[in-house]
Order: sequence, then C-alpha cells, then structure tokens
Amino acid sequence: MALPQAKQTATEARLAALSLPEGGWSGPARAEALDRVRAMGLPGARDEYWKYTRPDTLVAAEAPVAKVVADDEVPLFDGTDRLSIVFVDGVFDAEASDDLTLEGLTIDRLADAPDIHWAKDLYGRLETHGQTPVQRPLAALNTAFASDGLLIRVTGKVAKPVNLIYRHADERSDVILHHVVKVEEGGDVTLLENGPAAARLNKVMEVDVADGAGFHHVRVQGREHDRRAATHIFARLGTESTFKTFTLTMNGVLTRNDCVVELTGDDAVAHIAGACLGDGDFHHDDTVFITHDAVNCESRQVFKKVLRNGGVGVFQGKILVKPGAQKTDGYQISQSLLLDGDSQFLAKPELEIYADDVACSHGSTSGAIDEDGLFYLRARGLPRGIAEDLLTIAFIAEAVMEIENEDLQAEINARVEAWLGRRRG
Amino acid sequence: MLEIKNLQVKLEEEDKQILKGVDLTVEAGKVHAIMGPNGSGKSTLSYVLSGKDGYTVTDGSATLDGVDLLEMEPEDRAAAGLFLAFQYPVEIPGVGNMTFLRTAVNAQRKARGQEEMSSTEFLKVVREKAASLKIDAEMLKRPVNVGFSGGEKKRNEILQMAMLEPKMCILDETDSGLDVDAMRLVADGVNALRDEGRGFLVITHYQRLLDHIKPDVVHIMSNGRIVKTGGPELALEVEQNGYADLVEEA
Repeated sequence: MALPQAKQTATEARLAALSLPEGGWSGPARAEALDRVRAMGLPGARDEYWKYTRPDTLVAAEAPVAKVVADDEVPLFDGTDRLSIVFVDGVFDAEASDDLTLEGLTIDRLADAPDIHWAKDLYGRLETHGQTPVQRPLAALNTAFASDGLLIRVTGKVAKPVNLIYRHADERSDVILHHVVKVEEGGDVTLLENGPAAARLNKVMEVDVADGAGFHHVRVQGREHDRRAATHIFARLGTESTFKTFTLTMNGVLTRNDCVVELTGDDAVAHIAGACLGDGDFHHDDTVFITHDAVNCESRQVFKKVLRNGGVGVFQGKILVKPGAQKTDGYQISQSLLLDGDSQFLAKPELEIYADDVACSHGSTSGAIDEDGLFYLRARGLPRGIAEDLLTIAFIAEAVMEIENEDLQAEINARVEAWLGRRRG
Repeated sequence: MLEIKNLQVKLEEEDKQILKGVDLTVEAGKVHAIMGPNGSGKSTLSYVLSGKDGYTVTDGSATLDGVDLLEMEPEDRAAAGLFLAFQYPVEIPGVGNMTFLRTAVNAQRKARGQEEMSSTEFLKVVREKAASLKIDAEMLKRPVNVGFSGGEKKRNEILQMAMLEPKMCILDETDSGLDVDAMRLVADGVNALRDEGRGFLVITHYQRLLDHIKPDVVHIMSNGRIVKTGGPELALEVEQNGYADLVEEA
C-alpha cells in the first residue's frame, strides 16, 4: 500500500540527510532495512503507537540543538570494577576506553568488523522480527544507517560488567548506534550503559540470549536537559535463559524507549523495569512488547514515573501470549507519582492471550505523594523536602529492586537522591 | 512538661467535633495512661499533638515545656522533643532502616543547632540499642518496616524512640497486634527509657500493657473528654467492669 504523501515526503527528507555506510558483511542487511523504512515510512503523529509521543523531532532531517552540560558528578559506576568503553558523540574512543579483551567475551566494533563476522546472522535479524505486529520504523532506519556500535559475543560467565559510556560533546550531534549482543549457551554478562550520547540518539540493541544464558542490563540515560533519544532493545530468549533490564531516566526533553522481547524457549525469564524522574519540559515514553511463545515462562514489567512541573510520562505495555504458551506468568505494573497538578501520565496496558492456562495481570495508577508516609517521616523530624525525597525513592523502589546487584541498586538510589537534592536546593 | 488545656478539635473534612475540651498535664518523669472505648478520641489526640493534617483545632492549647505545639510543623515538634510511636508504622521501601534512623537523628540535631552524629558513633549507639530490643543487623539493613511483622514494627518504633531520645513520648496503642513476648520486649524498651526528665503518654484499650509499663496516672477518655482520672487501680477497674460504668458515672 502506498504511503500517505506527507509521510513519504518526511521519510525521504530524512533519508536524504543520511548516507548508507560501506557495510561489508552488513551491507545486505542494511539494504533490506532501507527497503523496510521506505515501505513503512517514518513515524508520524497519526500512527497508533505514536499517539502520546510526537515523533517529529526524532524523524526530522536535522537534529535539534542540545546544549552540552558539564557534569560535575562523580562518573556513574565509578566504584564498580568494569570494562569501560567510551563513545563520544557516537564514535568509539579507543584512548578513553579500556582494552577490549575480557575473559568470556569478544568485542568488535561495528564500524570496522572483519569481513566475515558471526554477527552477520544476527545484525538486523531481531529488529526485522520485531517489526510485526507493530511497526518500528526508527529501528529499521537504525539498522540501515548505524555508523558505529559493538558486536559482543559472550561465551562464558563474564567476571565484571561491560560499561558503555556515551559522552556528548557536540550540540548538534545526530547519532545512530547499533549493538549486537550474543550470549551463548551458559554465558552470562552484565552490561551497563550511561551518558547522554548525543543531541539526538537513535540506538538499537539486539540481544540473543541462548539456552541457559543470562543477560543483565542497567542503563542510565544522561541527564542533559535538551537531549533526545529513541532507543530499541530487541531480545530473543532461549530455554531457561534470563533477561533483565533496568533503565533510569532523569531529564532529557524527549525519550522513547522501546523494548521488544520474545520468549522462545521454555522456562525463560524476562524482567523489564524502568524509573524516570522528569521536571518541566520532559517527555518520557516506555513502549514494551513481550511475546510469550513457549511454556512456563515468566515476564515482569515494572515502570515508575515521577513527574512534576508539567512533565509527561507515557507507558504502552503489551503482553502477547501465543497459542500453546501455557503456564505463562505475566505481570505488568506502571505507576506514576504526580508531584503537582500540571503533570501527566498516559498509560495503555494491553493483554492478548491465546492460551488457556496462564496468569497475566496488569495495573496502572497515578497518585500524589503518600500523606501518611509523609507525616510519619516528618513526625520523626525530617523536614518536608527530605521526607518527600525519601518517599519518591520509596515509590520507584519496586523498579530499582529489579536490579539483581545490590551495589548497583544503591548507586541508582544515590543518583536519584542527588537529583532530588539538587531540585530541593 | 506536656500541658493540654481545653483542647477542642474538629475533623477538617466532616465538620465533626472529635475532642470536646481535653485537659491533661503530664509531668516530667511520669507515665500517664489514657484508656477508653473505640472512637473516644484517643488516637486523634495523639495525631493532633504531633501535627497530622486533617484536623482543625477550634479551641484550647497544647504546650511542651511552655512552647506552643499546635503552631509548629510536625518536624519542629519532633525536634522540640515530642515523639509519637505509631499504631500503624508506615512502610518505606527503598530506604534502609539505618539510613532513615541516621537521617532522622541528624535532622533533629541540626534543627536544635547541635552537631551531627558521626557515622561511627551512630553505628555504635544504634547497635547497642537495637540489641536490647532484639533487632538484628539484618533488620537494621532492611527497608523501613517493609516485610516486618507486627511485633518487629513496634520494636522498630521503640528503637527510633531510643535513638531520638525525646522528652515526651506518646505511644498510640503500641500493644495492638503484639503477642505476650513481643509486648514484654516493647515494654522493657520503654521502661529502659523512663527517667526523671522524660514524660510518657501511653494510649491503650487494655490494661494488659499497663502490667508491663506501670503508669503513675490513668485517665479514662470518652466522647472527646477525659471523664475520670485516678491511679493504676483505675485500669484494673476497667479490666473488670469494662468502660460502661465509668462512662455512665461521668
């Protein structure tokens, strides 16, 4: 079917501003992805899955300017023994990064991966698969035009986390990054991500978790005010595998995080969690799609949004249970803490179930700060501001506790506390 | 120490008079108990004294060592030395018990212009006091009251009281939901804090708690007023005859 004229024009304008990288082994996948983009067109305001989030600045030919903010905080995960890999405006910075060798995994750059590469069978594959039943044109655009990214193959249990650090230096940077992570049977890895990355970031991460493997992901999206980001995670889970991801977002004028997970092997576990804190000109959208296509799998979605001064939070979460995916245990909760009357939370939970022996639940709430809790803390001598901060941390706790590592939990809570403290003045 | 005169209080939303003129003085070093049937206004009294929203004081006064409590924010009342042990302590996930205690202790010290307690000193004191209440390191680490049993929550209240060292302690039905052993632990904790400079107001339905925390004065509250005041024997009278006689007498 032909695209509406306006959509086609917008799509071509964006494509005209980009050039297809050389590609090598990824060339065919990129060409196919470009075809997909042309067939779907880039997101427009009338698309069902962009009803609550305006895509125009994400698809415009040029990225809106985003002021670079000097961050005076101690860098995230500084106290964690990790392998650091730095990208500056989307370009790998070898000098700032650690040596890329670590027992249990291999890491290559997408930009200079050798001619024949294991990732050939994966690059763009999970993204393509994730285009049905909901189209995700920005992800296809990413597969076609990604200029850099990492190809991580995990063959064993990796002793320390891999930390991708995204620095932002140019107020006009427009970055497309594409990572592929393949966790092989019995492998286990923790991936940390942090930083604002660019004025505008389009990032895709494809994660293939084999039987019995584990993937743990903690991400903190940079707290620059003007930055924009559209990210996708596409994950495929094998038998008895584990996939856990947590995202903290503070600031950023526009963030859209899509997470598309397919449980294809029996007894697999997927936990997707997120917490965001937004003040003022802040729009944050979590869009999650979980497909249960195997027996006795568990999925959990836990999303918490703290909004004030007109901040907007969106949650679109779907659980699809395919025929035969019996004994599915699906849980979904999305909650917002609205600290004033100007802020908004829009939630669209969806369940679609074609098996008869499943337990799926979903819930969504919006509310103000808990008055009983506030009184309790104040009665112990805590000034109102500090008491409200502690209750805010309490509110997002269910999401933060989805992180298995308690030190990382503490680090996330400390960041949130610092953010709240700065706002309290 | 605590002086309440003709205190009259309405519910803000319902225009309903709950306290209809309460007069009560608790002297330093004394334990006063307030007993009374459900709905007599006991808990309201404790909330109004500690500054909970939702109540309007229509007449009367309440002072702590001569300072007007009713005009102060809840946190300032706490810093002035007032402590309420809650009937239903609130759960605060994500905030460690220890962090909460230290934040509270130091917030009060700061408000009083005292130096903050160092973390080593704090740790030493908290461990000592926790041990006497049979609160282990694990419970100190856990988020405030989350997953605590009824008894653990009440012991945690007493630990907070011990750490904050208030002048005036109000215990709101601290015995509710406690078995005999837990009650004894809590009572021991309270008794350890009894001294000449500190006053207690113990609110309870039953005489049972007062076997463990011996009151100097017992008041009976009914329909928003103190209707009878006496010695410990008054509590025994309630235990034997119920409230009906006393309330009618008044």
